[in-house]
Amino acid sequence: MLQITDVARKPRLSKALRFRLLRAALYWVGFAPAVWVFYLGFTNQLGANPVRTLEQELGIWTLRFLIATLMVTPLRNVTGISLLRYRRTLGLLTFYYALLHFTTYMLIDYRLDLQAIAADIVKRPYITFGMLAFAILVPLAVTSNDRMVRRLGGAWAKLHRWVYLAAAAAAVHYLLVVKSWPMEPLVYFAIVAVLLAYRLGKHLRRRRRPAVA
Amino acid sequence: MIISHAPIVRPSEITPRDVYLNRRSLMLGAAAAGLSAAMAPRGAEAAQLEASPRPLSTDEEPTALEHITNYNNYYEFGTGKEDPAKKAHTLTTEPWTVKVDGLVSRPAEFDLEDLLKPVTLEERIYRLRCVEGWSMVIPWVGFPLSEVLNRVEPLGSAKFVAFETVMRPDEMPGLRAFFNVLDWPYVEGLRLDEAMHPLTILTVGLYGETLPNQNGAPIRLIVPWKYGFKSIKSIVRITLTEEQPPTSWNKQNPREYGFYSNVNPEVDHPRWSQATELPIGQGIFAKRKPTLLFNGYADQVAQLYAGMDLTKFY
Repeated sequence: MLQITDVARKPRLSKALRFRLLRAALYWVGFAPAVWVFYLGFTNQLGANPVRTLEQELGIWTLRFLIATLMVTPLRNVTGISLLRYRRTLGLLTFYYALLHFTTYMLIDYRLDLQAIAADIVKRPYITFGMLAFAILVPLAVTSNDRMVRRLGGAWAKLHRWVYLAAAAAAVHYLLVVKSWPMEPLVYFAIVAVLLAYRLGKHLRRRRRPAVA
Repeated sequence: MIISHAPIVRPSEITPRDVYLNRRSLMLGAAAAGLSAAMAPRGAEAAQLEASPRPLSTDEEPTALEHITNYNNYYEFGTGKEDPAKKAHTLTTEPWTVKVDGLVSRPAEFDLEDLLKPVTLEERIYRLRCVEGWSMVIPWVGFPLSEVLNRVEPLGSAKFVAFETVMRPDEMPGLRAFFNVLDWPYVEGLRLDEAMHPLTILTVGLYGETLPNQNGAPIRLIVPWKYGFKSIKSIVRITLTEEQPPTSWNKQNPREYGFYSNVNPEVDHPRWSQATELPIGQGIFAKRKPTLLFNGYADQVAQLYAGMDLTKFY
Protein backbone atom coordinates (compact mmCIF):
# COMPACT_ATOMS: atom_id res chain seq x y z
CA MET A 1 0.00 0.00 0.00
CA LEU A 2 2.82 2.37 0.81
CA GLN A 3 4.76 3.38 -2.17
CA ILE A 4 7.41 5.80 -1.27
CA THR A 5 8.00 7.69 -4.43
CA ASP A 6 7.30 11.11 -3.07
CA VAL A 7 10.58 12.56 -1.83
CA ALA A 8 8.77 15.07 0.39
CA ARG A 9 7.25 12.25 2.46
CA LYS A 10 10.59 10.70 3.25
CA PRO A 11 11.54 12.85 6.28
CA ARG A 12 8.06 12.33 7.78
CA LEU A 13 8.41 8.61 7.57
CA SER A 14 11.85 8.56 9.14
CA LYS A 15 10.46 10.72 11.92
CA ALA A 16 7.74 8.13 12.52
CA LEU A 17 10.34 5.40 12.44
CA ARG A 18 12.49 7.30 14.91
CA PHE A 19 9.51 7.63 17.24
CA ARG A 20 8.81 3.92 17.00
CA LEU A 21 12.43 3.05 17.70
CA LEU A 22 12.60 5.40 20.66
CA ARG A 23 9.35 4.03 21.99
CA ALA A 24 10.67 0.48 21.70
CA ALA A 25 13.87 1.58 23.46
CA LEU A 26 11.80 3.15 26.25
CA TYR A 27 9.99 -0.17 26.76
CA TRP A 28 13.27 -2.08 26.87
CA VAL A 29 14.86 0.34 29.32
CA GLY A 30 11.62 0.55 31.27
CA PHE A 31 11.38 -3.19 31.75
CA ALA A 32 15.04 -3.60 32.66
CA PRO A 33 14.55 -3.02 36.42
CA ALA A 34 11.79 -5.64 36.53
CA VAL A 35 13.87 -8.20 34.63
CA TRP A 36 16.82 -7.47 36.91
CA VAL A 37 14.90 -7.76 40.19
CA PHE A 38 13.16 -10.98 39.10
CA TYR A 39 16.54 -12.38 38.03
CA LEU A 40 17.99 -11.55 41.47
CA GLY A 41 14.90 -13.05 43.11
CA PHE A 42 14.98 -16.35 41.25
CA THR A 43 18.74 -16.72 41.76
CA ASN A 44 18.37 -16.06 45.49
CA GLN A 45 20.28 -12.79 45.52
CA LEU A 46 17.64 -10.55 47.06
CA GLY A 47 18.84 -10.92 50.64
CA ALA A 48 17.01 -11.99 53.75
CA ASN A 49 13.45 -11.13 52.77
CA PRO A 50 13.33 -11.49 48.98
CA VAL A 51 9.53 -11.45 48.72
CA ARG A 52 9.30 -8.12 50.51
CA THR A 53 12.19 -6.72 48.45
CA LEU A 54 10.58 -7.87 45.21
CA GLU A 55 7.26 -6.27 46.18
CA GLN A 56 8.95 -3.06 47.26
CA GLU A 57 11.10 -2.73 44.15
CA LEU A 58 8.17 -3.32 41.79
CA GLY A 59 6.03 -0.94 43.83
CA ILE A 60 8.62 1.83 43.83
CA TRP A 61 9.14 1.47 40.08
CA THR A 62 5.37 1.73 39.57
CA LEU A 63 5.42 5.00 41.47
CA ARG A 64 8.46 6.23 39.51
CA PHE A 65 6.78 5.62 36.16
CA LEU A 66 3.57 7.17 37.43
CA ILE A 67 5.52 10.28 38.44
CA ALA A 68 7.32 10.32 35.07
CA THR A 69 3.92 10.17 33.33
CA LEU A 70 2.59 13.04 35.42
CA MET A 71 5.72 15.12 34.75
CA VAL A 72 5.22 15.22 30.98
CA THR A 73 2.75 18.12 31.02
CA PRO A 74 4.52 20.37 33.54
CA LEU A 75 7.83 19.69 31.78
CA ARG A 76 6.36 20.92 28.50
CA ASN A 77 4.75 23.97 30.10
CA VAL A 78 7.84 24.98 32.02
CA THR A 79 10.70 24.08 29.68
CA GLY A 80 8.99 23.64 26.32
CA ILE A 81 10.36 20.10 25.98
CA SER A 82 7.53 17.91 24.84
CA LEU A 83 7.55 14.21 25.58
CA LEU A 84 3.84 14.01 24.91
CA ARG A 85 4.27 11.22 22.36
CA TYR A 86 5.94 9.05 25.01
CA ARG A 87 3.42 9.71 27.73
CA ARG A 88 1.26 6.76 26.77
CA THR A 89 4.29 4.46 26.90
CA LEU A 90 5.18 5.78 30.36
CA GLY A 91 1.58 5.30 31.47
CA LEU A 92 1.55 1.73 30.19
CA LEU A 93 4.86 0.98 31.90
CA THR A 94 3.24 2.26 35.10
CA PHE A 95 0.40 -0.19 34.56
CA TYR A 96 2.68 -3.14 33.78
CA TYR A 97 4.71 -2.50 36.93
CA ALA A 98 1.52 -2.19 38.98
CA LEU A 99 0.39 -5.50 37.48
CA LEU A 100 3.70 -7.19 38.40
CA HIS A 101 3.55 -5.68 41.91
CA PHE A 102 -0.06 -6.89 42.31
CA THR A 103 0.71 -10.35 40.90
CA THR A 104 3.72 -10.75 43.21
CA TYR A 105 1.56 -9.91 46.20
CA MET A 106 -1.21 -12.29 45.07
CA LEU A 107 0.86 -15.24 43.87
CA ILE A 108 4.25 -15.18 45.57
CA ASP A 109 3.48 -13.48 48.89
CA TYR A 110 -0.06 -14.71 49.58
CA ARG A 111 -0.13 -17.75 47.24
CA LEU A 112 -3.64 -16.93 46.12
CA ASP A 113 -4.99 -17.24 49.65
CA LEU A 114 -8.10 -15.37 48.52
CA GLN A 115 -9.63 -15.31 51.97
CA ALA A 116 -6.60 -13.59 53.47
CA ILE A 117 -6.37 -11.24 50.50
CA ALA A 118 -10.05 -10.30 50.76
CA ALA A 119 -9.60 -9.65 54.50
CA ASP A 120 -6.56 -7.51 53.70
CA ILE A 121 -8.47 -5.39 51.18
CA VAL A 122 -11.28 -4.68 53.64
CA LYS A 123 -9.23 -4.34 56.82
CA ARG A 124 -5.86 -2.94 55.76
CA PRO A 125 -5.94 0.66 54.60
CA TYR A 126 -2.61 0.29 52.80
CA ILE A 127 -3.96 -2.62 50.78
CA THR A 128 -7.24 -0.77 50.21
CA PHE A 129 -5.37 2.21 48.77
CA GLY A 130 -3.10 -0.01 46.70
CA MET A 131 -6.02 -1.96 45.25
CA LEU A 132 -7.87 1.29 44.53
CA ALA A 133 -4.88 2.65 42.61
CA PHE A 134 -4.56 -0.59 40.65
CA ALA A 135 -8.30 -0.79 39.92
CA ILE A 136 -8.16 2.73 38.43
CA LEU A 137 -5.13 1.90 36.28
CA VAL A 138 -6.87 -1.09 34.63
CA PRO A 139 -9.49 0.84 32.57
CA LEU A 140 -6.85 3.48 31.75
CA ALA A 141 -4.52 0.82 30.35
CA VAL A 142 -7.33 -0.88 28.43
CA THR A 143 -8.27 2.40 26.73
CA SER A 144 -4.67 3.31 25.90
CA ASN A 145 -4.87 2.67 22.17
CA ASP A 146 -5.73 4.85 19.20
CA ARG A 147 -9.00 3.05 18.58
CA MET A 148 -10.29 3.79 22.08
CA VAL A 149 -9.07 7.38 21.94
CA ARG A 150 -11.10 7.91 18.77
CA ARG A 151 -14.11 6.03 20.03
CA LEU A 152 -14.35 7.75 23.39
CA GLY A 153 -13.62 11.24 22.08
CA GLY A 154 -14.05 13.81 24.85
CA ALA A 155 -14.84 11.13 27.40
CA TRP A 156 -11.33 9.70 26.97
CA ALA A 157 -9.60 12.74 28.51
CA LYS A 158 -12.15 12.79 31.29
CA LEU A 159 -11.59 9.10 32.02
CA HIS A 160 -7.83 9.47 32.06
CA ARG A 161 -7.99 12.25 34.62
CA TRP A 162 -8.66 9.45 37.13
CA VAL A 163 -4.90 8.90 37.05
CA TYR A 164 -4.65 11.77 39.55
CA LEU A 165 -6.64 9.77 42.10
CA ALA A 166 -4.56 6.68 41.33
CA ALA A 167 -1.37 8.66 41.98
CA ALA A 168 -2.68 10.01 45.29
CA ALA A 169 -3.80 6.52 46.36
CA ALA A 170 -0.43 5.01 45.38
CA ALA A 171 1.51 7.62 47.37
CA VAL A 172 -0.68 7.07 50.45
CA HIS A 173 -0.32 3.28 49.97
CA TYR A 174 3.46 3.65 50.26
CA LEU A 175 3.23 5.89 53.35
CA LEU A 176 0.92 3.45 55.14
CA VAL A 177 3.07 0.36 54.61
CA VAL A 178 5.99 1.60 56.70
CA LYS A 179 6.53 2.14 60.41
CA SER A 180 7.06 5.71 61.60
CA TRP A 181 7.93 8.31 58.90
CA PRO A 182 11.05 7.25 56.99
CA MET A 183 12.32 9.56 54.27
CA GLU A 184 11.59 7.72 51.01
CA PRO A 185 7.78 7.44 51.12
CA LEU A 186 7.61 11.05 52.30
CA VAL A 187 9.69 12.21 49.31
CA TYR A 188 7.49 10.30 46.85
CA PHE A 189 4.38 11.63 48.57
CA ALA A 190 5.71 15.20 48.30
CA ILE A 191 6.51 14.81 44.58
CA VAL A 192 3.04 13.44 43.83
CA ALA A 193 1.49 16.21 45.95
CA VAL A 194 3.37 18.90 43.98
CA LEU A 195 2.36 17.36 40.64
CA LEU A 196 -1.29 17.16 41.67
CA ALA A 197 -1.22 20.67 43.15
CA TYR A 198 0.12 21.89 39.80
CA ARG A 199 -2.99 20.45 38.07
CA LEU A 200 -5.32 21.88 40.68
CA GLY A 201 -3.72 25.31 40.39
CA LYS A 202 -4.07 25.27 36.63
CA HIS A 203 -7.65 24.12 36.87
CA LEU A 204 -8.58 26.88 39.32
CA ARG A 205 -6.89 29.57 37.22
CA ARG A 206 -8.68 28.36 34.12
CA ARG A 207 -12.01 28.50 35.90
CA ARG A 208 -11.39 31.97 37.22
CA ARG A 209 -10.25 33.44 33.92
CA PRO A 210 -13.63 33.77 32.14
CA ALA A 211 -15.05 35.66 35.11
CA VAL A 212 -12.19 38.15 34.97
CA ALA A 213 -12.34 38.64 31.23
CA MET B 1 -8.57 -14.50 77.62
CA ILE B 2 -5.56 -16.76 77.45
CA ILE B 3 -5.45 -19.53 74.93
CA SER B 4 -2.71 -21.88 75.91
CA HIS B 5 -1.71 -24.53 73.43
CA ALA B 6 1.36 -26.43 72.46
CA PRO B 7 3.31 -24.89 69.58
CA ILE B 8 2.50 -26.47 66.25
CA VAL B 9 5.76 -27.26 64.50
CA ARG B 10 5.85 -29.08 61.20
CA PRO B 11 8.17 -32.12 61.15
CA SER B 12 10.12 -30.56 58.28
CA GLU B 13 11.07 -27.66 60.51
CA ILE B 14 12.76 -29.85 63.07
CA THR B 15 16.39 -30.72 62.61
CA PRO B 16 17.18 -34.30 63.61
CA ARG B 17 18.33 -34.28 67.20
CA ASP B 18 21.75 -35.83 66.53
CA VAL B 19 22.52 -33.45 63.68
CA TYR B 20 21.50 -30.57 65.86
CA LEU B 21 23.57 -31.72 68.82
CA ASN B 22 26.57 -32.30 66.60
CA ARG B 23 26.36 -28.83 65.22
CA ARG B 24 26.09 -27.40 68.72
CA SER B 25 29.14 -29.28 69.98
CA LEU B 26 31.14 -28.31 66.91
CA MET B 27 30.26 -24.67 67.36
CA LEU B 28 30.88 -24.60 71.06
CA GLY B 29 34.06 -26.63 70.66
CA ALA B 30 35.28 -23.95 68.32
CA ALA B 31 34.39 -21.34 70.88
CA ALA B 32 37.34 -22.28 73.03
CA ALA B 33 38.28 -18.80 74.13
CA GLY B 34 37.17 -17.92 77.63
CA LEU B 35 35.05 -15.04 78.76
CA SER B 36 37.99 -12.79 79.64
CA ALA B 37 39.45 -13.30 76.19
CA ALA B 38 36.09 -12.53 74.66
CA MET B 39 35.87 -9.27 76.48
CA ALA B 40 39.45 -8.28 75.85
CA PRO B 41 39.98 -5.34 73.51
CA ARG B 42 39.04 -6.21 69.96
CA GLY B 43 38.82 -4.47 66.66
CA ALA B 44 36.21 -5.17 64.05
CA GLU B 45 36.79 -8.90 64.59
CA ALA B 46 34.17 -10.66 66.67
CA ALA B 47 35.56 -12.66 69.55
CA GLN B 48 34.35 -16.14 70.32
CA LEU B 49 32.32 -16.79 73.41
CA GLU B 50 32.05 -19.84 75.56
CA ALA B 51 28.48 -20.78 76.26
CA SER B 52 26.64 -23.90 77.24
CA PRO B 53 23.44 -24.96 75.49
CA ARG B 54 20.36 -24.93 77.69
CA PRO B 55 16.95 -26.55 77.54
CA LEU B 56 15.06 -23.29 76.95
CA SER B 57 16.17 -23.31 73.32
CA THR B 58 13.99 -24.22 70.38
CA ASP B 59 14.91 -27.13 68.13
CA GLU B 60 14.12 -25.15 65.01
CA GLU B 61 16.79 -24.58 62.39
CA PRO B 62 18.53 -21.24 63.06
CA THR B 63 18.39 -18.56 60.37
CA ALA B 64 21.68 -18.07 58.51
CA LEU B 65 24.14 -15.69 60.20
CA GLU B 66 24.31 -13.69 56.97
CA HIS B 67 20.60 -12.84 57.22
CA ILE B 68 20.61 -12.22 60.98
CA THR B 69 23.40 -9.69 60.52
CA ASN B 70 22.16 -8.02 57.32
CA TYR B 71 18.44 -7.60 57.95
CA ASN B 72 18.07 -5.39 60.98
CA ASN B 73 15.86 -2.72 62.43
CA TYR B 74 18.17 -0.35 64.29
CA TYR B 75 16.84 3.08 63.39
CA GLU B 76 19.76 4.89 65.03
CA PHE B 77 21.66 3.77 61.92
CA GLY B 78 18.90 4.39 59.36
CA THR B 79 15.47 3.01 58.55
CA GLY B 80 16.59 0.65 55.76
CA LYS B 81 16.98 -3.01 56.69
CA GLU B 82 20.59 -3.03 55.47
CA ASP B 83 21.53 0.36 56.90
CA PRO B 84 22.66 -1.01 60.30
CA ALA B 85 24.97 -3.59 58.66
CA LYS B 86 26.52 -0.83 56.56
CA LYS B 87 26.71 1.93 59.15
CA ALA B 88 26.80 0.51 62.67
CA HIS B 89 30.58 -0.08 62.58
CA THR B 90 30.98 3.54 63.74
CA LEU B 91 29.61 2.70 67.19
CA THR B 92 32.31 2.43 69.86
CA THR B 93 31.47 -0.46 72.16
CA GLU B 94 34.59 -0.34 74.30
CA PRO B 95 34.70 0.78 76.98
CA TRP B 96 31.05 0.23 77.89
CA THR B 97 29.23 0.83 81.12
CA VAL B 98 25.70 -0.05 82.14
CA LYS B 99 24.11 1.99 84.89
CA VAL B 100 21.58 0.12 87.01
CA ASP B 101 19.62 2.44 89.26
CA GLY B 102 16.19 3.50 90.45
CA LEU B 103 14.31 1.56 93.11
CA VAL B 104 17.16 -0.74 94.16
CA SER B 105 19.19 -1.00 97.37
CA ARG B 106 22.51 -1.22 95.58
CA PRO B 107 22.57 1.00 92.49
CA ALA B 108 25.72 0.56 90.45
CA GLU B 109 27.50 1.53 87.30
CA PHE B 110 28.99 -1.66 85.86
CA ASP B 111 31.81 -1.92 83.38
CA LEU B 112 30.62 -4.52 80.91
CA GLU B 113 33.40 -6.81 82.02
CA ASP B 114 32.30 -6.59 85.68
CA LEU B 115 28.69 -7.13 84.69
CA LEU B 116 29.64 -10.36 82.93
CA LYS B 117 32.23 -11.66 85.40
CA PRO B 118 29.89 -13.56 87.73
CA VAL B 119 27.50 -14.91 85.08
CA THR B 120 27.55 -18.12 83.07
CA LEU B 121 26.83 -17.48 79.44
CA GLU B 122 24.27 -19.78 77.86
CA GLU B 123 23.28 -20.37 74.31
CA ARG B 124 19.58 -19.71 73.76
CA ILE B 125 18.08 -20.47 70.40
CA TYR B 126 14.97 -18.31 70.29
CA ARG B 127 12.34 -17.49 67.75
CA LEU B 128 12.22 -13.79 66.94
CA ARG B 129 8.98 -12.32 65.57
CA CYS B 130 9.11 -8.78 64.20
CA VAL B 131 5.99 -6.61 64.45
CA GLU B 132 6.38 -6.12 60.68
CA GLY B 133 5.37 -9.73 60.02
CA TRP B 134 8.66 -11.60 59.50
CA SER B 135 10.53 -13.99 61.76
CA MET B 136 13.93 -15.58 62.39
CA VAL B 137 15.39 -18.25 64.66
CA ILE B 138 18.49 -16.89 66.40
CA PRO B 139 21.14 -18.64 68.53
CA TRP B 140 21.84 -15.94 71.10
CA VAL B 141 24.49 -16.09 73.79
CA GLY B 142 23.44 -14.46 77.04
CA PHE B 143 22.29 -14.84 80.61
CA PRO B 144 19.08 -14.18 82.52
CA LEU B 145 18.36 -10.51 83.20
CA SER B 146 17.23 -11.60 86.68
CA GLU B 147 20.87 -12.21 87.62
CA VAL B 148 21.69 -8.52 87.21
CA LEU B 149 18.47 -7.40 88.89
CA ASN B 150 19.08 -9.66 91.89
CA ARG B 151 22.57 -8.26 92.27
CA VAL B 152 21.28 -4.70 92.75
CA GLU B 153 18.43 -5.86 95.04
CA PRO B 154 15.14 -4.35 93.85
CA LEU B 155 13.08 -2.58 96.52
CA GLY B 156 9.56 -3.76 97.27
CA SER B 157 8.18 -0.68 95.55
CA ALA B 158 9.82 -1.56 92.21
CA LYS B 159 7.16 -2.68 89.73
CA PHE B 160 8.74 -2.02 86.33
CA VAL B 161 12.13 -2.03 84.62
CA ALA B 162 13.08 0.70 82.16
CA PHE B 163 15.88 0.32 79.59
CA GLU B 164 17.76 2.91 77.56
CA THR B 165 19.89 2.62 74.41
CA VAL B 166 23.09 4.62 74.03
CA MET B 167 22.55 7.99 72.30
CA ARG B 168 25.58 9.22 70.34
CA PRO B 169 24.67 11.42 67.36
CA ASP B 170 28.29 11.54 66.23
CA GLU B 171 28.38 7.76 65.94
CA MET B 172 24.76 7.19 64.89
CA PRO B 173 23.75 8.70 61.54
CA GLY B 174 20.05 8.08 62.21
CA LEU B 175 20.20 10.60 65.05
CA ARG B 176 21.48 13.26 62.64
CA ALA B 177 18.64 12.70 60.15
CA PHE B 178 16.53 15.48 58.69
CA PHE B 179 13.88 14.71 61.24
CA ASN B 180 13.55 12.17 64.02
CA VAL B 181 11.69 8.97 63.18
CA LEU B 182 11.63 8.25 66.92
CA ASP B 183 12.13 10.30 70.06
CA TRP B 184 15.74 9.51 71.04
CA PRO B 185 17.18 7.87 73.05
CA TYR B 186 15.38 4.60 72.35
CA VAL B 187 13.69 3.43 75.54
CA GLU B 188 11.88 0.23 76.44
CA GLY B 189 10.27 -1.29 79.49
CA LEU B 190 9.00 -4.47 81.09
CA ARG B 191 6.91 -5.32 84.10
CA LEU B 192 9.22 -6.57 86.88
CA ASP B 193 7.79 -10.12 86.67
CA GLU B 194 8.41 -10.16 82.90
CA ALA B 195 11.96 -8.94 83.50
CA MET B 196 12.57 -11.65 86.10
CA HIS B 197 11.23 -14.44 83.86
CA PRO B 198 13.86 -17.08 82.99
CA LEU B 199 13.27 -16.59 79.25
CA THR B 200 14.23 -12.91 79.48
CA ILE B 201 17.94 -12.58 78.80
CA LEU B 202 20.65 -10.00 78.37
CA THR B 203 22.55 -10.99 75.27
CA VAL B 204 26.19 -10.42 74.35
CA GLY B 205 26.63 -12.89 71.51
CA LEU B 206 25.23 -14.53 68.45
CA TYR B 207 26.25 -17.84 66.85
CA GLY B 208 28.94 -18.28 69.50
CA GLU B 209 30.61 -14.93 68.87
CA THR B 210 30.29 -11.44 70.31
CA LEU B 211 27.35 -9.44 68.97
CA PRO B 212 27.95 -7.51 65.77
CA ASN B 213 27.14 -3.81 66.21
CA GLN B 214 24.07 -4.00 63.97
CA ASN B 215 22.56 -6.59 66.30
CA GLY B 216 22.87 -4.35 69.35
CA ALA B 217 26.43 -4.72 70.61
CA PRO B 218 27.78 -4.94 73.15
CA ILE B 219 24.74 -5.89 75.24
CA ARG B 220 21.04 -6.06 74.47
CA LEU B 221 17.80 -7.44 75.82
CA ILE B 222 15.95 -10.42 74.35
CA VAL B 223 12.32 -11.07 75.29
CA PRO B 224 11.34 -13.85 72.89
CA TRP B 225 7.56 -13.79 73.41
CA LYS B 226 7.26 -10.10 72.52
CA TYR B 227 7.64 -8.33 69.17
CA GLY B 228 11.28 -7.66 68.32
CA PHE B 229 11.24 -3.93 69.07
CA LYS B 230 10.85 -4.70 72.80
CA SER B 231 14.30 -6.34 72.74
CA ILE B 232 16.22 -3.08 73.11
CA LYS B 233 19.78 -2.84 71.77
CA SER B 234 23.08 -1.40 73.06
CA ILE B 235 21.84 -0.83 76.60
CA VAL B 236 23.49 1.83 78.79
CA ARG B 237 20.92 2.13 81.56
CA ILE B 238 18.49 -0.10 83.43
CA THR B 239 16.20 1.67 85.91
CA LEU B 240 13.70 0.10 88.28
CA THR B 241 10.55 2.16 88.66
CA GLU B 242 7.20 2.14 90.36
CA GLU B 243 5.29 3.54 87.38
CA GLN B 244 5.07 1.99 83.91
CA PRO B 245 7.96 3.57 81.99
CA PRO B 246 7.53 5.23 78.57
CA THR B 247 8.54 3.07 75.57
CA SER B 248 9.72 4.42 72.21
CA TRP B 249 7.25 2.90 69.75
CA ASN B 250 4.36 3.43 72.11
CA LYS B 251 5.26 7.14 72.28
CA GLN B 252 5.53 7.25 68.50
CA ASN B 253 2.12 5.68 67.92
CA PRO B 254 0.20 4.49 70.99
CA ARG B 255 -2.66 3.07 68.92
CA GLU B 256 -0.32 0.78 66.99
CA TYR B 257 2.26 -0.23 69.61
CA GLY B 258 1.26 -1.03 73.16
CA PHE B 259 3.44 -1.31 76.25
CA TYR B 260 3.08 -5.11 76.34
CA SER B 261 3.46 -5.89 72.62
CA ASN B 262 3.19 -9.61 73.21
CA VAL B 263 3.18 -11.62 69.99
CA ASN B 264 -0.47 -12.42 69.35
CA PRO B 265 -1.90 -13.65 66.05
CA GLU B 266 -5.39 -12.62 67.13
CA VAL B 267 -4.59 -8.98 67.88
CA ASP B 268 -3.78 -7.34 64.58
CA HIS B 269 -1.66 -4.27 64.06
CA PRO B 270 -4.18 -1.59 63.01
CA ARG B 271 -2.60 -1.48 59.55
CA TRP B 272 -1.72 -5.12 58.96
CA SER B 273 -2.57 -8.65 60.08
CA GLN B 274 -0.46 -10.46 62.67
CA ALA B 275 -1.95 -13.88 61.88
CA THR B 276 0.99 -15.08 59.80
CA GLU B 277 4.70 -14.41 59.43
CA LEU B 278 7.27 -14.75 56.68
CA PRO B 279 10.34 -16.76 57.74
CA ILE B 280 13.55 -14.96 56.75
CA GLY B 281 16.19 -16.56 54.57
CA GLN B 282 14.04 -19.10 52.75
CA GLY B 283 14.23 -17.55 49.33
CA ILE B 284 11.57 -16.22 47.03
CA PHE B 285 9.27 -19.20 47.57
CA ALA B 286 9.28 -18.94 51.36
CA LYS B 287 5.85 -19.82 52.70
CA ARG B 288 4.14 -17.72 55.35
CA LYS B 289 3.50 -19.66 58.51
CA PRO B 290 0.94 -19.12 61.23
CA THR B 291 2.10 -16.90 64.08
CA LEU B 292 1.81 -18.52 67.51
CA LEU B 293 0.40 -16.91 70.64
CA PHE B 294 3.30 -15.47 72.68
CA ASN B 295 5.49 -16.51 69.76
CA GLY B 296 5.17 -20.16 70.80
CA TYR B 297 6.21 -19.50 74.42
CA ALA B 298 2.66 -19.60 75.82
CA ASP B 299 3.38 -22.56 78.08
CA GLN B 300 6.10 -20.60 79.83
CA VAL B 301 4.61 -17.09 79.94
CA ALA B 302 0.82 -17.20 79.58
CA GLN B 303 0.35 -17.22 83.36
CA LEU B 304 1.97 -13.76 83.55
CA TYR B 305 -1.12 -12.38 81.84
CA ALA B 306 -3.83 -14.47 83.51
CA GLY B 307 -7.10 -12.55 83.63
CA MET B 308 -5.85 -9.74 81.38
CA ASP B 309 -7.73 -8.74 78.26
CA LEU B 310 -4.97 -9.07 75.68
CA THR B 311 -6.90 -7.05 73.10
CA LYS B 312 -6.88 -4.13 75.55
CA PHE B 313 -3.35 -4.62 76.89
CA TYR B 314 -1.74 -5.18 73.49
